[in-house]
Amino acid sequence: MDRTDASVGFGPVLAAGLIPFVFLGLFYCYPVISIFFKSFTDAGSWNGSSLIAVFTSKRMINILWFTCWQAGLSTMVTLIVGLPCAYFFSTYQFRFKQTLLTLSTIPFVLPTVVVAAAFQALIGDRGIIATPLFSHPLFMIIMAHVFYNFSVVLRIISGYWSQVSSTYADAARTLGAHPIQVFFRVHLPLIRPAILASALLVFMYCFCSFGVILILGGPKFSTIEVEIYRQAAHLFNLPMAAALSLVQIVFTFLLMWGYTRYQRKTAAPASDIQYVSKPCDRWYQKGSVLLCGCFIILFTGAPMIALFIKSIIHDGQVSLIYYRSLFDNPTHSLFYIHPVSAIKNSLIFSLVTLIIAGVVGMSSAYTIHYSPKKMASVLDPLFMLPLSTSAVTLGFGIIISLDRSIIDLRTSPALIPITHSIIAFPFVLRTVLPAIQSIPISLREASHVLGAGRFKTFMHVELPIIIKALTTGSVFAFTISLGEFGATVFTARPEYSTMPMAIFRFLGNPGHMNYGQAMAVSFLLMCMTGIGFVLIERVSGTHRGIF
Amino acid sequence: MKHVVKSILMVGLLLVVMAQIAAASERKVVIMTHDSFNASKEVIQKFEQQFDCRVDILRSGDAGEALNKAILTKSRPLADLFFGIDNTFLSRALSQDMFVPYVSKELEQIPDHLKLDPEFRLSPVDFGDVCLNYDIQWFKEQNLSPPMLLEDILKTEYKGLTVVQNPATSSPGLAFLLTTVSKFGESGYLKFWNDLKRNDVAITNGWKEAYWGQFSAASEGSRPIVVSYATSPAAEVFFSKETLAQSPTAAVIGQGSAFRQIEFAGILKGCQHLELAKKFMDFLLSTDFQEDIPLQMFVFPANSKAKLPEVFVKHSRITQKPASVPSDRISSQREHWINQWTELMLQ
Repeated sequence: MDRTDASVGFGPVLAAGLIPFVFLGLFYCYPVISIFFKSFTDAGSWNGSSLIAVFTSKRMINILWFTCWQAGLSTMVTLIVGLPCAYFFSTYQFRFKQTLLTLSTIPFVLPTVVVAAAFQALIGDRGIIATPLFSHPLFMIIMAHVFYNFSVVLRIISGYWSQVSSTYADAARTLGAHPIQVFFRVHLPLIRPAILASALLVFMYCFCSFGVILILGGPKFSTIEVEIYRQAAHLFNLPMAAALSLVQIVFTFLLMWGYTRYQRKTAAPASDIQYVSKPCDRWYQKGSVLLCGCFIILFTGAPMIALFIKSIIHDGQVSLIYYRSLFDNPTHSLFYIHPVSAIKNSLIFSLVTLIIAGVVGMSSAYTIHYSPKKMASVLDPLFMLPLSTSAVTLGFGIIISLDRSIIDLRTSPALIPITHSIIAFPFVLRTVLPAIQSIPISLREASHVLGAGRFKTFMHVELPIIIKALTTGSVFAFTISLGEFGATVFTARPEYSTMPMAIFRFLGNPGHMNYGQAMAVSFLLMCMTGIGFVLIERVSGTHRGIF
Repeated sequence: MKHVVKSILMVGLLLVVMAQIAAASERKVVIMTHDSFNASKEVIQKFEQQFDCRVDILRSGDAGEALNKAILTKSRPLADLFFGIDNTFLSRALSQDMFVPYVSKELEQIPDHLKLDPEFRLSPVDFGDVCLNYDIQWFKEQNLSPPMLLEDILKTEYKGLTVVQNPATSSPGLAFLLTTVSKFGESGYLKFWNDLKRNDVAITNGWKEAYWGQFSAASEGSRPIVVSYATSPAAEVFFSKETLAQSPTAAVIGQGSAFRQIEFAGILKGCQHLELAKKFMDFLLSTDFQEDIPLQMFVFPANSKAKLPEVFVKHSRITQKPASVPSDRISSQREHWINQWTELMLQ
């Protein structure tokens, strides 16, 4: 496929590339480079002593090491848990599949403070199923990471798996292969691209973990991201924060670069036909699907139910007082936000993010696809960098760089969806790129031969093929935006507050009412996420698919 | 290709228009502050009407982050006035040469011991006392007398009862560390912490995790003693639906057991609306704003003429003998103390 697509010349690359280049250049590269420049220069001359300090301090080495191994372990556990579920989701037809999928994605949107509260209610010191093992901070960290990322593995792998022909597996079985053999020698190699893609996303997410480590891990555990925040916001050591940021960025780049190279070498042409999953007839098939469903409900549902219970129990009795009081502003606070407005703001920002991230993500996927190999292997990891850039670093970069009159957006509400999109578009890119690469060149050629222009071909041939991947990516972009607290930016007007901001406002003061209201808004946020998914999937028409 | 170019042009145009709208010269004053800042709508509106302007408030992260953002942007300030530098950050902020001196006439009403900058680049607006809080009900049930002084929590019967915050990531955590430095001296505070560690103290990164996650009076937590504010018991009463007669918690403020955090505001050098900023500084220190402070931010107003709300009169007390460490000493030793603490408590 590279053969012909890459030979179309620089025209399409430039056309598709303009969007991500301008967007990222302005809102990501420029701010980040500015802050690095400021941090590493001392009265005009270069000073990189903090970079050396990172690699000579024992504490920093420990932090780097802990960051890597906790991310690796979290990724492994997430894969082990997610893979069997992805298998059942892609192989069998069953009722409530979509509901389960939606349920499993909701954690992705919850702010960490809320997840921490939910986990403490469930497995904390005085939680429902408390044991010393469960309440160990390390166990809590890994569980919270699995809880957050389970749906990334489930969605990406089951989406890909359902498009892999079952012919090979059937053939192997006919030839007498044991089911375990079939799994390891047929399925696993076939779905390897999806496993790698999802593992990479999960790894990077855990690698840059901030809230989970800070809150559930407690002060004894620190990742690079937490340390950046500590150095920048509390110790005022900007050079050290920048050095750590740079380490994080370089590490991600190398990781992504290796991944891209590997992926190109082993790219298995995915088939262009979609296989319909089969109904489960046998008792063991039904049993395993049931088990898988129960697991998802228990695992992702339990912390959420704990949260819901907290939001409706007041003084030992069931009560809606926390929900009702959301409509009052007893202190006449300037920063009070009516729940309806908070929901509206959250929705608007998330939808704008969905559109920006969708457009930027898709055009960057096309840029990579049409680029010559060498260029693509640099572009691909480059586009993924925003995912692993510290929010503090980016936030500081934005306020020192975007300050010229024409782009002085430092306090504009437009910055909210823009910064959300910077973090969210790599998800779109990762899901859309494999779909674009799977389009047989013959389809495009046929369309051109029949007289369709590039745009027409895109609308009628390519878009229908990639729409499902685009939807998956957009759902992630939407949820990322919904759950983002938006610590990187600030807006001048309290009336732009979103739901996560409201949660933080409540948790900032003592008093039972504040806590209960925070739980109530968290529950509303969860519901919103669920409704959002269903709507997006209906609008794009993918709910009828096998996904 | 055409569509792409078109859409890029559209986006560019939109950005320009938005920037134009944002830059439209409107009469306004911009306040940069931390996320805990709060005020009543009516009070801010009063200022807006009196001076026919708009008040914009930029909440910019926690106290340290907000100050850092102000320092980073000092050549092109985002705001006219900065509110929320406490005495632990005072020297650092002053060393940046980013504030314009301004002596408001309202300063006459403010007690001298709160005025820490003799040049009045920064003026005191409010203060709060960081101290231990305990769960009254818990101690009653256990038939144990609650702590009266800081050193009480080292007693063996208080083993495993206390939760504190990491001074490297939490401002009450740092204030509490400074309390121990003030009370036991620079030679003795580490011994206190060593004993506290042996008495099985729990440490969290932030106030939220300690209060909502571990404190028995506020959550499912199992620890009845937490580092919080002397005004937290009043907040517990105020934010309870049935308006409790007594607070479920109490504060330990005896004999240097509480650290006084004084919050300052200053006019930023190179700001765009200097005259309005001065007016707003007067307003911040006037009784109009000062009487709004307690129920919005749960700290005490600096202006001695400001009347306290009933819930404060009933459920909170001002520490008579607060712990204190000179702010230049804090500035020079902060990192050293935090590092020593980290080495002792977290390794």
